[in-house]
Amino acid sequence: MSLKAENRRLSRRLAVVAVGMFGFGFALVPFYNQICAALGINSLAQPDVVANTQVDFSRQIVIELDSNAHNLPWRFKPLVSHVTVHPGELATVEYEIVNVRGAAVTGQAVPSYGPQHAGEYFKKLECFCFTQQTLAAGEVRRMPVTFVVDPRLPKGVHTIAVSYTFFEVAGRGGKS
Amino acid sequence: MSAIVDNHAHDHGHDHHGAHHSPYGGIMRWITTTNHKDIGTLYLWFSFIMFSIGGLMAVGIRLELFSPGLQVMDPDFFNQLTTMHGLIMVFGAIMPVFVGFANWQIPMMIGAPDMAFARLNNWSFWLLPFAATLLVLSFFMPGGAPGVGWTLYAPLTVQMGIGMDLTIFAIHLLGMSSILGSINIITTILNMRAPGMTLMRMPLFVWTWLITAYLLVAVMPVLAGAVTMTLTDRHFGTTFFNAAGGGDPVLYQHIFWFFGHPEVYIIALPGFGVISQVIPAFSRKPLFGYASMVYATSAIAILSFIVWAHHMYTVGMPVTGQLFFMYATIIIAVPTGVKVFNWVATMWKGSLSFETPMLFAVGFLFMFTLGGFTGLVLALVPVDIQLHDTYYVVAHFHYVMVAGALFAAFAGIYFWLPKWTGKMYNETLGQIHFWLTLIFFNMIFFVQHFLGLAGMPRRIPDYPLMFEAWNKISSIGAFGMGLAQILFLYIVLDCIRHGKPAPQRPWEGADSLEWTHLPTPVPYHTFETPPVLK
Repeated sequence: MSLKAENRRLSRRLAVVAVGMFGFGFALVPFYNQICAALGINSLAQPDVVANTQVDFSRQIVIELDSNAHNLPWRFKPLVSHVTVHPGELATVEYEIVNVRGAAVTGQAVPSYGPQHAGEYFKKLECFCFTQQTLAAGEVRRMPVTFVVDPRLPKGVHTIAVSYTFFEVAGRGGKS
Repeated sequence: MSAIVDNHAHDHGHDHHGAHHSPYGGIMRWITTTNHKDIGTLYLWFSFIMFSIGGLMAVGIRLELFSPGLQVMDPDFFNQLTTMHGLIMVFGAIMPVFVGFANWQIPMMIGAPDMAFARLNNWSFWLLPFAATLLVLSFFMPGGAPGVGWTLYAPLTVQMGIGMDLTIFAIHLLGMSSILGSINIITTILNMRAPGMTLMRMPLFVWTWLITAYLLVAVMPVLAGAVTMTLTDRHFGTTFFNAAGGGDPVLYQHIFWFFGHPEVYIIALPGFGVISQVIPAFSRKPLFGYASMVYATSAIAILSFIVWAHHMYTVGMPVTGQLFFMYATIIIAVPTGVKVFNWVATMWKGSLSFETPMLFAVGFLFMFTLGGFTGLVLALVPVDIQLHDTYYVVAHFHYVMVAGALFAAFAGIYFWLPKWTGKMYNETLGQIHFWLTLIFFNMIFFVQHFLGLAGMPRRIPDYPLMFEAWNKISSIGAFGMGLAQILFLYIVLDCIRHGKPAPQRPWEGADSLEWTHLPTPVPYHTFETPPVLK
């Protein structure tokens, strides 16, 4: 083969590698989600499985409830500011959203916890944050969070702040 | 290795009557050129211009940090400066300077007439000025340049103004240029070596570039993918990195550092190659452990793909993950240690002389090793969690980027300038340039270790009063370092205009093909008939 043809052949192969690596960058997205699912990390929007529901009456944990709407025309607040539970005890709290915009809006809530490491002991069986919420103009909705505090919660933790932030999901349910 | 080449005088007749350049004169010569030497020169000047722009930004940053409180600029502009300083220095200055060396040197070192794809080579270069223009233009957009840090972390990138889009397109262009350039370099090295120039006889500079080019082909597309995802998140409703839509900002960091860590070696390896040419030449001994150098370079390149998450120990990854990335990172110290050992062993019992290229090479050896050691400190998870995003990290990577890559580039320029121009630079001024650069460099960055250990965070324009003294020293060092580079520009211009004619082999220890087989200055066309290697 002539040098020119050989050069062309090698450059084509290298170009295929480059294009393949561009695809590989995108393939990392499902790969990352699979790994997180397999290792059970980063599963904010999935119901937790609670194995042992034995209640530890010797401890009391204060759950402080917080709510934020991030650039969203929603009034979003918990019906109570805090509840006191025993570890292992099943409890339900309610939040209320009011859509004050004259059009339907879709939002997604993302939870966060303080202290951060208490998050893995706050087991949610049901939560409005598992799905996107679409509210019609002026609609008022009450939504529950059902949870159990894992009895393995470290002894030093007496208070868990649970904070939900709603983000608008653009392009759905009428963007202003 | 090239120590075995035919040292006899050659018939250079065909080289001389080929000593003309393209039919165009003036600017059109440079726009249309397909000659590897012309394109190498373009790359080198381009990178010097970007180095000056990036350097001015660094001076701006240090000016603001000269005193606590906000004096010269608002915090937003400060963030834009740190971001653009990083992007311009990495993609505009350090990467192109080594591509410039590759263009000049690789064909001459392997006995090829030119690069494999001469027109593609022209295009690879001319993408760069457009990319650089986009980067600089972003400052004049509403909202200014992106102030997100050179790593372009989501979700902040999603909230930036139009300057972010210009930056994304600039990165696309820079990536395209690098990939095309790399394909060209690999093809040239694998297919166009002179007869007898087997892979294991190639000068080490060529080897390091071969490996670097493979790294570039493998990871630049991944960066292009990451910024493309950012672009579609910004404008087309995708949510790769937006938590509200089910995305994850930490995912961006994984994709970015999958590119970013090999990128560190893309910057470092060609510098290792230059040092591996300079140290034997001024020790008047062949390089110690040539084969182990080749294997160590390959090992570094392969390991660089499995250590990326040591940049993100603090994102909340499982402890098993932290341990894996910690051990993998520490393993890289082994092949790097082999290289440092070989350089020192090359100097051992050599007839050393310390002209400017050798000074920069020895400076590189000390400073780069220091940067490597702080890298080992940062690889340790418990230490890194403390030092993450402090000035300790800033000091660490400037020791490997500036005292590593930049010193290697200076060494290479002083080393080959007589060959390229046919004239000698002013040795006294060159040595003054080295000492000024070395002293001011350490003034800037050595004290930043202390600032980092004391807890000063990076990327913030203000700091508590207790950090003032070290910051003052660091800023004064930065102003001095900037001025020292004006001297460098003067030395190069003075060499080109008024330099004394250089002898055929100004460094008698240098023994690769361009020194032994070609006249000084090198003619415009070289090795149209391949040289004979025994």
